[in-house]
Amino acid sequence: MKKAAVRRSGGRAVGKGHAKRVRLLELAHARSGDKGDTANVGLIALKPEYYPILVKQVTAARVARHFKGMIKGPVERYELPNLRALNFLLHGALDGGGTISLKTDAQGKVFSTALLRMEVEVSR
Amino acid sequence: MTSRRSPPSPTVRVAAGQGFWGDWLEAPYRQVTGGTIDYLMMDYLAEVTMSILQKQKARDPTLGYAKDFVPLMERILPLVVERRIKVTANAGGVNPRACADAVAETARRSGLAGKLRLGVVTGDDLLGRLDGLLARGHELKNLDTGRPLRDVRDRVLSANAYLGAWPVVDALQRGANVVITGRVTDTGLTLAPLIHAFGWKADHWDVLAAGTVAGHTIECGAQCSGGNCLVNWERIPDLANVGYPIVEAQPDGSFDITKHPGTGGRITVAGVTEQLVYEMGDPTAYITPDCIADFTTIRLAQAGKDRVRVSGVRGRPATDKLKVSIAYSYGYKAVGTLVYAWPDAYKKATAADRVLRQRLKDLGLAFEAILTEFVGADATHGRLALERAPLDELPEVQLRVGVRSSDRAAVERFTREIAPLILNGPPSVTGFAGGRPKPEEIVAYWPALVDKRMVEPCVEIVEV
Repeated sequence: MKKAAVRRSGGRAVGKGHAKRVRLLELAHARSGDKGDTANVGLIALKPEYYPILVKQVTAARVARHFKGMIKGPVERYELPNLRALNFLLHGALDGGGTISLKTDAQGKVFSTALLRMEVEVSR
Repeated sequence: MTSRRSPPSPTVRVAAGQGFWGDWLEAPYRQVTGGTIDYLMMDYLAEVTMSILQKQKARDPTLGYAKDFVPLMERILPLVVERRIKVTANAGGVNPRACADAVAETARRSGLAGKLRLGVVTGDDLLGRLDGLLARGHELKNLDTGRPLRDVRDRVLSANAYLGAWPVVDALQRGANVVITGRVTDTGLTLAPLIHAFGWKADHWDVLAAGTVAGHTIECGAQCSGGNCLVNWERIPDLANVGYPIVEAQPDGSFDITKHPGTGGRITVAGVTEQLVYEMGDPTAYITPDCIADFTTIRLAQAGKDRVRVSGVRGRPATDKLKVSIAYSYGYKAVGTLVYAWPDAYKKATAADRVLRQRLKDLGLAFEAILTEFVGADATHGRLALERAPLDELPEVQLRVGVRSSDRAAVERFTREIAPLILNGPPSVTGFAGGRPKPEEIVAYWPALVDKRMVEPCVEIVEV
């Protein structure tokens, strides 16, 4: 994909056929970890021009919808423009976290790639 | 300043040798032998490690530290002495003095008597002072839930304040070659050598923050040099020979992340960025005992092959609190697994789960939680994966059921309900060779804050 630009936020329908939907995997990489029962996902733009797309479309509300049913608490988002990264805190994501958790991913290591499944809109 | 290079350079090299207790045993040896370094930093302590060590110490007062640190030191100490490398490690766990005694004994056996000075940092252990602190009104509320510690006081197994860099600096200034600590922060183990080498002051917040960022970058070992790195992961060269990271720091707080020549892995801006955001909370306030670092001020630049330059880090004054890591007995858990084969592997596994849950219900067992995952279908990405997975064609699915309860007997009974499914449940099932799962005690983590003035770090020097 070359020059990607935001057409409309929030994953709503886009007019004029200038946009297409792609998975975040095409635009970003990520790493996640844990702090108690909270998983963090750092989402990093693969190219500088992708960062505004992440900022505009990958909102805390959108991420909360993406993980609906998988996390019990709210989602917080922080911006790190210097690293072209967003940091998400997914509260109540780890079945109690650490040693309490019964999950395979008790330490939230692969919430990173789960977020990369989300689709965003980019210009063709 | 301990660099042996000539002409003398202000650069100080801190190499990461262990990212956690259980990390690659070859890494410290390779860091010491693969090129010039001034310091070797090794992080051993995870959140609940202290409680495991506290139990070991209760059984035997000469234990309670990371035992494999001793043979590791035996292997590298002659080189450490010869090359005048200094070591910082929080391998001391809940018994740093015993750890130092064991290292000293090993060193003497290796003919290093008179050539080595060990620094021992203690004062982090608050277990014996908990009731006094509670009586004086320190509630030690759980940072996540707000509950006061008295709710679980009778189940507490360990309590350790996170000490910062300064007691380690003290040990280095008193001539220690190897500093063995209890619960010192991961970042403090890297920051301390830089404070010591550059003479940074306790209110030089920007450089302290820079050294803290350096510590955060290398505290997970190879996770910043190509390990667990998602960007172009298939093109990361020679992970079998992965080079662990090295900080090359300057007196102004800027530093490079690099690795020894000839090693595998990869150091790029993208990979370092992944490590910077790992386990991050509010990026503007990375709080340590030494300072508050603002991760939104970090500047990264590729400064050569396998070399990333880090600059611009800004810091703010430290808070008047220390974080306390408390471990307490929570209850019991067990996880049982069975593997179902094609055809209809997923359908068979879900049917088996229904049978199992019905039986647990009929037995009247009380669980705080029962969690079912289908490994091969939804264990890592939940319903996000199920929406796309070819569920009818999966070659195999592992049914993985976990239970948690304060009642050990209920968990024990659960472990006996897995194997019967092999003969009295859905077909095409295998993968039970490991036998019956074992109930496991849950030691949970209770993060809290305590006033800094309640904690008094202690530094001892042991001559070998």
